[in-house]
Order: sequence, then C-alpha cells, then structure tokens
Amino acid sequence: MATGFTLNGKAVSFDGPPDTPLLWVIRDAQGLTGTKYGCGVAQCGACTVHLDGRNRRSCVTPVSTVAGKSVTTIEGVRGAEAEAVKRAWIALDVPQCGYCQSGQVMSAIGLLTAKADPSDEDIDHAMAGNICRCATYVRIRQAIKDAAKAVAA
Amino acid sequence: MSPRVIGLSALAGATLALPLALVAAPQENGLRNPADFASIADRNQRSAAIFTEMGKVLTHPRCVNCHPRTDRPLQDDRGEPHMPAVVRGNAAGTGAPGLECATCHGPANVAFESGVGSVPGHPLWHLAPIEMAWEGKSLRQICEQLKDRRRNGNKTLAELHEHNAHDSLVGWGWNPGEGRTPAPGTQAEFGALTKAWIDTGAHCPA
Repeated sequence: MATGFTLNGKAVSFDGPPDTPLLWVIRDAQGLTGTKYGCGVAQCGACTVHLDGRNRRSCVTPVSTVAGKSVTTIEGVRGAEAEAVKRAWIALDVPQCGYCQSGQVMSAIGLLTAKADPSDEDIDHAMAGNICRCATYVRIRQAIKDAAKAVAA
Repeated sequence: MSPRVIGLSALAGATLALPLALVAAPQENGLRNPADFASIADRNQRSAAIFTEMGKVLTHPRCVNCHPRTDRPLQDDRGEPHMPAVVRGNAAGTGAPGLECATCHGPANVAFESGVGSVPGHPLWHLAPIEMAWEGKSLRQICEQLKDRRRNGNKTLAELHEHNAHDSLVGWGWNPGEGRTPAPGTQAEFGALTKAWIDTGAHCPA
C-alpha cells in the first residue's frame, strides 16, 4: 500500500516497501538531494529533516511512520527562524566542506523554533547529535546566537 | 579424572554451597517462577529471595540504561554513555529542545540499513525520572526505592505490579531489537515474581 505524506508543502506518495528509510524516499524517489546520508545509524545528524516541525533523523525513519504527516527538508524550510539561520550561516561563512551543513541548519532551525533564546548549554544539547568533521562548531554556535537575535529584533 | 571433570565437580560443589541451592535453577537466560521459592520456609526470606530474582531484570542493562543516576542515559549491553550525548531535558525525560528522544527513537525498533543493529523505539520512549534512578545502587536500595511512593511515581504496590507486568515500555525490555540482549525471562514471569514478592510482604534483601 502506498504511503502518503506532505513533503515541503506538497502531497506525495511512495509505492515502495513501507520500511524504506524516509531518507531514500526523499533523495531517490523525490530527487531532493539536499538531505545527506552520513552514517545511517542516527549518529551524525546529516540526514536531519523536520517531521511535523520537529527535528527527525530520516535515516532511521521508516516511510510508513510518516504517513499523513508533514516532512520538511532543507529545500523547503521556510519561516522567520529558517531565514535568520540561513542569513547567519552565510554571514559567518559557517561551512567548510559543507557535507553536514544541511543537517546542521535543519537542527538549528528546529532548536530556534522550540526555544527562541537558547543558552550555550541549550545549543550544546540540541546540536550534540550533529557531527562536523571540519569542526565548524564555534561558527555554528555563533550563527545560532546571531539568528536568535535576528528573530527577536 | 580429567581437569574438565574436576572443574565441573568444583563448580557443582560451589553451587550447592549457595543459600538458594534448594531453589530450582532457571532456564538459560530465564527467570525462576514463584513456585521455585516455596522451599524457603521463612516468609520474609522467601520474599527477599523472590526480589533478588526480580533483580536480574531490574539490574539488567535494558532497565538500568534508562534509569541512570545522571541526566544522560546509557546504552548497549555494557551500559556505555548514550551517543549522541543526549540529556534528560525536561521533567518528562523526553530530551532537550532540538534533540528530543523522538529525534531518533520512533514508535518501534528500526533495524539499521546495514543489517547490523537497530535503533530502539516505543511510542512513549523517555528517561525515567531522576528519583527513580537505580544505576549503581544495591538491590536492597532499589527495593526500598521501589516501595517508596516519593520515588516510585506515587505507585501503590498493586500499581507497581501492574507496571511491571503490563506496561508496554517495560515490556520493550524483552523485545529490544537487533543488537541488544533481552531482559531475562519474560514480562509475564517478571510480573508473576512481582506479585509473589508483594504477596509475601514485599521484603527486601539484606
């Protein structure tokens, strides 16, 4: 049976096996390659999307579990927090190699959506599951702070 | 007599020397039944012995890992600190804003695409409250804690039995997914032991 859900505001349907990871559906079936495969075991955060507005690792999310729900990827994320995070990321030139960054950006937006004025500790806790092998963590933290200020202004 | 036979004989002798030697041995990775403790005449000692059997479940990594003494859960069969470094986050124990339990843990266990291991899941996945922590505690301490309504979620003993016997998140411990050793026995056996412990006065081991 096909699995229907909303992807970046549009209704989509997937006819494959229900245990197919959402990540494969997004990348292979829907052709949205901004969401990355990193570890496949929910340890790196590169595959982060929003499921009904909250951070979710798509590599360990069977597509059957998102039936009727709203999935947002880096290509479709909108709103004040999203725009502020994108601007802060560009202003600070956060990425180095860039591979993990769509996951970092999605997690940062998810954090600011849940907590508008996060402390350093809040940022550490929220971003603990997003690994960056280039170690851009200092710029990531600053960009999140800058984005929070921009949203509040 | 071969060295192996000598070793087995010594092991058998050591086993007979244990106080519970008259209690029937459980099946491998199993639990003894309440009836197996009928030979212990003293009611208090029988109750404490039954709780000691329950302790095989209570101190198993499937239970302790989410009853940690800190705000960080443990994981795997060795009780390693959870990776990523998630935290309790709130009173409900569902994680920090932006990295909740549900960021990775879904409504059911999910096997990894690699075919090796899985991420565990349950609709109510969360950390036990800090007052219910029992990582590093003795069986007696855990026993006293379980009877203390300030530290057991304000449960009566009957409610504690219901929790042990039928709560589906407790039951996950016997269905933990690929890569994790299940808790000993079955939830039904654990529930029966809990009832027998309560029925014999809910005494704690020394």
